[in-house]
Amino acid sequence: MAISSAISSTSSSFLHKKDVGLSAFTSSTSINTQFSASKYRANKLKKIVSVMAPQQIARSPSTTGSVKNAMTMTEKILARASEKPHLTPGDNVWVNVDILMTHDVCGPGSFGIFKKEFGHNAKVWDREKIVIIPDHYIFTSDERANRNVDILRDFVKEQNIKYFYDITDLSDFKVNPDYKGVCHVALAQEGHCRPGEVLLGTDSHTCNAGAFGQFATGIGNTDAGFVLGTGKILLKVPPTLRFVLDGEMPDYLLAKDLILQIIGEISVSGATYKSMEFVGSTVESLTMEERMTLCNMVVEAGGKNGVVPADATTFKYLEGKTSIPYEPVYSDGQARFVSEYRFDVSKLEPLVAKPHSPDNRALARECKDVKIDRVYIGSCTGGKTEDFMAVAKVFLASGKKVKVPTFLVPATQKVWVDVYTLPVPGSGGKTCAQIFEAAGCDTPGSPGCGACLGGPRDTYARMNEAQVCVSTTNRNFPGRMGNKEGQIYLASPYTAAASALTGYVTDPREFLQ
Amino acid sequence: MAKAAPTTFHTFSSSNPNFQKSSIPPASSSFLKLPTTYSTKCRTQFLTKNSQSIRSPCFSPIKATPSSSSSSTASFHGLCYVVDDNIDTDQIIPAEYLTLVPSNPEEYQKLGSYALIGLPSSYQVRFIDENETKTKYSIIIAGANFGCGSSREHAPVALGAAGTKAIVAESYARIFFRNSVSTGEVYPLESEVRICEEFTTGDVATVELAESKLINHTTGKEYTLKSIGDAGPVIDAGGIFAYARQAGMIASAAS
Repeated sequence: MAISSAISSTSSSFLHKKDVGLSAFTSSTSINTQFSASKYRANKLKKIVSVMAPQQIARSPSTTGSVKNAMTMTEKILARASEKPHLTPGDNVWVNVDILMTHDVCGPGSFGIFKKEFGHNAKVWDREKIVIIPDHYIFTSDERANRNVDILRDFVKEQNIKYFYDITDLSDFKVNPDYKGVCHVALAQEGHCRPGEVLLGTDSHTCNAGAFGQFATGIGNTDAGFVLGTGKILLKVPPTLRFVLDGEMPDYLLAKDLILQIIGEISVSGATYKSMEFVGSTVESLTMEERMTLCNMVVEAGGKNGVVPADATTFKYLEGKTSIPYEPVYSDGQARFVSEYRFDVSKLEPLVAKPHSPDNRALARECKDVKIDRVYIGSCTGGKTEDFMAVAKVFLASGKKVKVPTFLVPATQKVWVDVYTLPVPGSGGKTCAQIFEAAGCDTPGSPGCGACLGGPRDTYARMNEAQVCVSTTNRNFPGRMGNKEGQIYLASPYTAAASALTGYVTDPREFLQ
Repeated sequence: MAKAAPTTFHTFSSSNPNFQKSSIPPASSSFLKLPTTYSTKCRTQFLTKNSQSIRSPCFSPIKATPSSSSSSTASFHGLCYVVDDNIDTDQIIPAEYLTLVPSNPEEYQKLGSYALIGLPSSYQVRFIDENETKTKYSIIIAGANFGCGSSREHAPVALGAAGTKAIVAESYARIFFRNSVSTGEVYPLESEVRICEEFTTGDVATVELAESKLINHTTGKEYTLKSIGDAGPVIDAGGIFAYARQAGMIASAAS
């Protein structure tokens, strides 16, 4: 039978027993103060096409102030995707999915469930809305890992999937023009992230795409199997926590410091089942890559998704990346937030998350006596072009060599090319790669998830001994990068680079000021 | 001894528990036979139209009715394994084992043999004994935010494949909770109060879903569980697909 008709329209609440207690909502009275981004906000009724210049139309009165049924951004995205005029946190709705992403770790299992449940000859709901990105365990001799990429390829062929970023020659990633690397960064670079859409992925850091003002969250294999067959998912509408970040960002801070500050504030479960919305003058000043860093780690606070309102920066980034029309949405002035947190970013200092939890926050300078064994720059969180530029900036400022082994794993092939070609500002035309070599770093590894999550034993830069590592990655639970007794200090690329230069956890102001 | 399952489980609100003390099953010789677990979960039940649940022959006294009613009446009895707060998915199933594909039956079993192998060495009693593939602990007692970290469905799958029937935690990370329900692998239950300090690995416990109750027979203490609500029948059925077929939400048979 037709799979699309196999879904009952019921919105029974058989998933998500939590998220009750909405009566605890505080009707925030001070939420109209940070709407300075509105000059970039498009009229929500107009379609935005990527080739258009950013719209400068002021928001019409009907989308601010006295709106009936005011909603947050996340509520609006889910309302549109579920074809409902209005949603309230706690509502369970069937949501139409715009993009489903899967990778080599969860793809094979998701396909297995899809076939078991929909039949061996079943077809996916939309061959153009599925994006398959091998990235986790690629450069390994592990046979099962290699087989899993083969399973992806077979499924893509069988289903005629449009977007598959394949790799066949593992000896040299550069001879695989289709290969990208870390899925979340590739999704952005290849134009699969668009404002107002719903993007699901079989990876917890799928929330990264919230940087584009869309709803993005991670799901399991079974849910993904269901989405493959139907294009729909049952979701509970999350209440929203709002984070207002104002003030000029000091030049020794990066978005990683901001999100470590927030996670330290609300804990690793402080946003469980909730959406995290980031606004304020600091957020408006952030580049897309920095916004991604912010949204990437909302799952480390337990968050369901994170969002940054789309603006001129977003539209500019998307130019030439997608031809699909998109329509951004924004929180109403009267929208209700569970709570609101305000930070004066100009007063923050470089941070780390100490072992073994991302909320174990400390000032980098408080940890200056912590001797380290290695530094790792990479992952969806800290392996983007600007992350490597930041590391190069610190090395350049110091003119010194690293004192501990320093491993560099560009997230994607595009990032790798940038590392080898883009001139670092103020260096007289040197590339990151040249600066890294002069500083004595290990040669940048092949793009992918690398040692962020340990992986097979032969993974490059995997922490096989009980060492102390400063890392630009996202998690530092026991065993995350390999050895169970290893200690991971999560830090910004600035702080990681400064630490590499001293062999101790180091505040980057030692080199940047 | 076997008590009829209530059909109006929804009225057992966690804030207004409506328990009958007399419903605690009396101890019998078979009751103490360990490790033993009884579950209403029967993965193939709704696919085969076989209405008989699988019963553990050495443990018939505890009642259970397959979820024809709207609430879960499952109960479990066995040894507890106790863990602390923020047990993340890397501790439940380290990333190096994620090459195993859960939908492949052979690799499903193998995943189970690695369950909780990522716990640090401070956990001296291991969840799965050396050279074993299954755990003797059918109930996990945990602190807050169990299952945080990645979205890997391998985590609840590994626990279920190892023989875990239920987890009783103070709270869960969102994706782990959802994956537990959608796969039907384990019951992610929540206690009204924090209990991980009051349990010791090896304690003997019973979970009574119909009465939202956890009994620690070793200490003699009883605890109230929060209602698992509509998620219970989904797990009873063996996951969202099995449940959706049973409820007529999707077609009953795949071609």
